[in-house]
Amino acid sequence: MNQYRIDPSKGLEFGIYTLGDHVPDPKTGKSTSPQERIQQIIEYAKLAEQAGLDFFSVGESHQNYFATQAHTVVLAAIAQATSKIKIGSTATIISTSDPVRVYEDFSTIDLISNGRAEIVAGRASRVGLFDLLGYNVHDYEELFEEKFDLLRLINEQEVVNWSGEFRAPLRNAKVIPRPLNGSLPIWRAVGGSPASAVKAGFAGVPMVMAHLGGPASVFKRTVDVYREAARKAGHNPDELPVATAGFFYAAETSQQALQEFYPYVNESMMKSNGQGFHRQLFMQGSDPHHIINAGSPQQIIEKILYQHELFGHQRYIAQIDLGGMPFDQVKRNIELIGTEILPAIKKYTKKSEGGK
Amino acid sequence: MMKVVGLSGTIVGSKTKTAVDYTLKTIAEKYPGTETKLIDLAEYQVQFSDGRNYLDYEGDTGMITRAIMDADVLIIGTPIFQASIPGTLKNIFDLLPQYALKDKVVSIVATAGSSRHFLVPEQQLKPILTYLKAQLVQNYVFIEEQDFYRKEIVNDDVKFRIERLAEDTMMLAETYANIREAAYNEL
Repeated sequence: MNQYRIDPSKGLEFGIYTLGDHVPDPKTGKSTSPQERIQQIIEYAKLAEQAGLDFFSVGESHQNYFATQAHTVVLAAIAQATSKIKIGSTATIISTSDPVRVYEDFSTIDLISNGRAEIVAGRASRVGLFDLLGYNVHDYEELFEEKFDLLRLINEQEVVNWSGEFRAPLRNAKVIPRPLNGSLPIWRAVGGSPASAVKAGFAGVPMVMAHLGGPASVFKRTVDVYREAARKAGHNPDELPVATAGFFYAAETSQQALQEFYPYVNESMMKSNGQGFHRQLFMQGSDPHHIINAGSPQQIIEKILYQHELFGHQRYIAQIDLGGMPFDQVKRNIELIGTEILPAIKKYTKKSEGGK
Repeated sequence: MMKVVGLSGTIVGSKTKTAVDYTLKTIAEKYPGTETKLIDLAEYQVQFSDGRNYLDYEGDTGMITRAIMDADVLIIGTPIFQASIPGTLKNIFDLLPQYALKDKVVSIVATAGSSRHFLVPEQQLKPILTYLKAQLVQNYVFIEEQDFYRKEIVNDDVKFRIERLAEDTMMLAETYANIREAAYNEL
């Protein structure tokens, strides 16, 4: 775990991620400018650090209703504005980028942040960026696998010899600057499907597993096949961190949490994928075994501890600022995490208390 | 306002389009508050599904997937090809996401050259619609070649059946909408 800058004896890591949603508030119709939204996200990272959180990450989306297309630039600003919190991407769409440039960017962010940068590489759920950036969507799978492999190779070797299908060959290519401590934590973003988890496990790469809804137990299978694939390929699963990522909203009661959260989740899904979140499914979110972490602080603590017992994961990252949610609501959540939720999570997952 | 989309699922012939169009006009007449739209696949160039999000299709294909996803009610018109639905119609379903028809009421109007095809919509089309989570109107209107003359329906029995289908469809759509509102009004 050391290689990935994770110390499990300190308990479950708790982080925040944003996809950079930039959507008018569905309740009021009010909109922020792209500038305001980007400033909010930088502010969000500072607040997360002040609340004692371990990690903050920003996603890359090139479609309408998002503000962080240039997520590495936003991360650089966050690197400068913070001093302790680890920072990363959720996710960097490696398929439509040059791994050399991505590595240069993140190494630089690592130097700016004094060794706090990480990469989570993903494949994109929407495909408009393939046209925008000049790639063929029919190469969706292969583009990711080839570029992800190259990114990892650059992380392992300063001088790279490589050839592939989607990029000019590299001959004795020196990729600099190098990260502060020689290498970066590089994770693979995995959606709900176990197939992608198998690939991550097989390659011995840490996994960030994103989930929208459903019983936590369903996602246990994905974690299991990931570790099993890693073991079969000769990697030690105990050395490979797993992070989970999903919706989070805390309020005084579970009913209030669901009511306040729903319009923004629904709007975010509607704007990003064209299908809202079904109300019937969302209302099941208050169940202690449901993967959505919405409820009172105490209920959320119990949910996260249950998930930790189930998955044995090393990091949980929460998505709160969806679908045009007013920033004050986001701030209140950070406050509740910092004052009530985080101390309890750390207390119960520290190694001495039986955590992994 | 209820949005009703009628889909004529073939690029061959005129009977299916005539039947869907007649159904939409019946609905528009009896339910003045509804917005109806006919999509006749014969008028569009639709690409094959390649698995992308329905919003990522452009041109005619994107227009059609969006119109269907935005609808509250769908009237699906299908002829019978080789004992099944035409590939053009299956492709429309393939373009849509999982759960695409959840909370939508869907009705079927089928046209055929022979009464021997009567069970084809039941056995070939309904399972797809059910998989997409449609609220189905169980009865469908099955119309034969002899019921048309020069692009018009000439059998009163067919017209009566379409009227009943229109009524069942709209009654179900309104009822389900009210039930959902009552059941999930907390959110």
